Amino acid sequence: MLKTLLPRAAACLAAAVISTAVSARAAAETPTVRIDNFTFGPQAVTVHAGATVTWINGDDTPHTVVAADKSFKSKVLDTNGKFAFTFATPGTYSYFCGLHPHMTGKVVVTER
Amino acid sequence: MSQDPDRRRVLECLGWAGAGLVWTLGGGAANSVLLGQAQAAARGATPFSFVQVSDSHIGFTKDPNPDARATFGEAVEKIRALPQKPAFILHTGDVSHLSRPEEFDDAQQILKQAGLPVFYVPGEHDMLDDGAGQAFSERFGKDALGDGWYSFDHGGVHFVGLVTVKELKAGGMGHLGEIQLAWLKADLAGRGASTPVVVFTHIPLWTIYADWGWGTDDAAQALALLGRFGSVTILNGHIHQVLTKTEGHVAFHTARSTAFPQPAPGQGPAPGPLKVPAGQLRDLLGVRAVSLVRADAPLAVIDTNLA
Repeated sequence: MLKTLLPRAAACLAAAVISTAVSARAAAETPTVRIDNFTFGPQAVTVHAGATVTWINGDDTPHTVVAADKSFKSKVLDTNGKFAFTFATPGTYSYFCGLHPHMTGKVVVTER
Repeated sequence: MSQDPDRRRVLECLGWAGAGLVWTLGGGAANSVLLGQAQAAARGATPFSFVQVSDSHIGFTKDPNPDARATFGEAVEKIRALPQKPAFILHTGDVSHLSRPEEFDDAQQILKQAGLPVFYVPGEHDMLDDGAGQAFSERFGKDALGDGWYSFDHGGVHFVGLVTVKELKAGGMGHLGEIQLAWLKADLAGRGASTPVVVFTHIPLWTIYADWGWGTDDAAQALALLGRFGSVTILNGHIHQVLTKTEGHVAFHTARSTAFPQPAPGQGPAPGPLKVPAGQLRDLLGVRAVSLVRADAPLAVIDTNLA
């Protein structure tokens, strides 16, 4: 039993390592910002121009994602609601929750 | 007018009809009940009462309340059972949870069962339609000015409904804005300082807990305009619990929700629905009855839970 399981476990482990590497690389360009306990986490993300940032609301309170300069604005995100925005132009984008404006975060977009 | 600061600060708490509590501020109900009607009449104010409901969050279905419609209905039953028929109802916002038409519809239908006029101000949860509050305004704010503020008089008392949830700024809290403040200044100008004023709005006009956004950035300007009045009562919702503070002639009262409680300020990592056992939920939800019993005294504010 143990003999048959071990190679599988090793294979699974290898697959997990590969998938972690892939997702880490992907995360660099498609990062996710979680909303938990009325906080954007991570509070700041840095991406290259063209990257898409996705926000997921983990709270049981609805939130929104609104750029301070109004360049993007989500619809209301209920629990597990998602919003994605692709940042084409380098710059620093401050944003906040339109319902709870003390919640703030920023996306730094660098040249490709 | 009783101006004794010690008496004003005294917060008495008396049992009321076996349910809920009577909160009276110094110079309040104990005196008023005895002296009420004759004195009020003598000063040109007619004794009456009204009701505040808040944060009905129609559409909320999560822990700890799977049916915010049902508890709102229970609140309306409490209002119908009041011994003194109120003149009207104030709803201090978050009528809906997600600004959906059916949520506004249901709230309106449920509240209609009280058979009383209702005056609304919006909460931030009522601003979530594509028009950023247009749906609320069209339904509940037809007679309002600007972005939804208005005032009216009843029984010698001046009522002012303010909007604290529009044009919110990154990093800020509730917001009134220059245009609304200019309107408030004009609205109050020329009114006698002896006129009792009731201000009702969603977000508190005193900073209860800035880290959770429980305050209004430019409230100080509004309070400065109200400072010369002898009796100012400020009623709000947003934080889903009863908190009271008196500053000079200004009494601040936050109201319970009819949907779910929130934690005490700073208790826990964040605001949001406080998970409580089903058997305790109705202890923490409620409605508020407010009576004018003497034109020169603080209004008597009675909070009743839904248990």
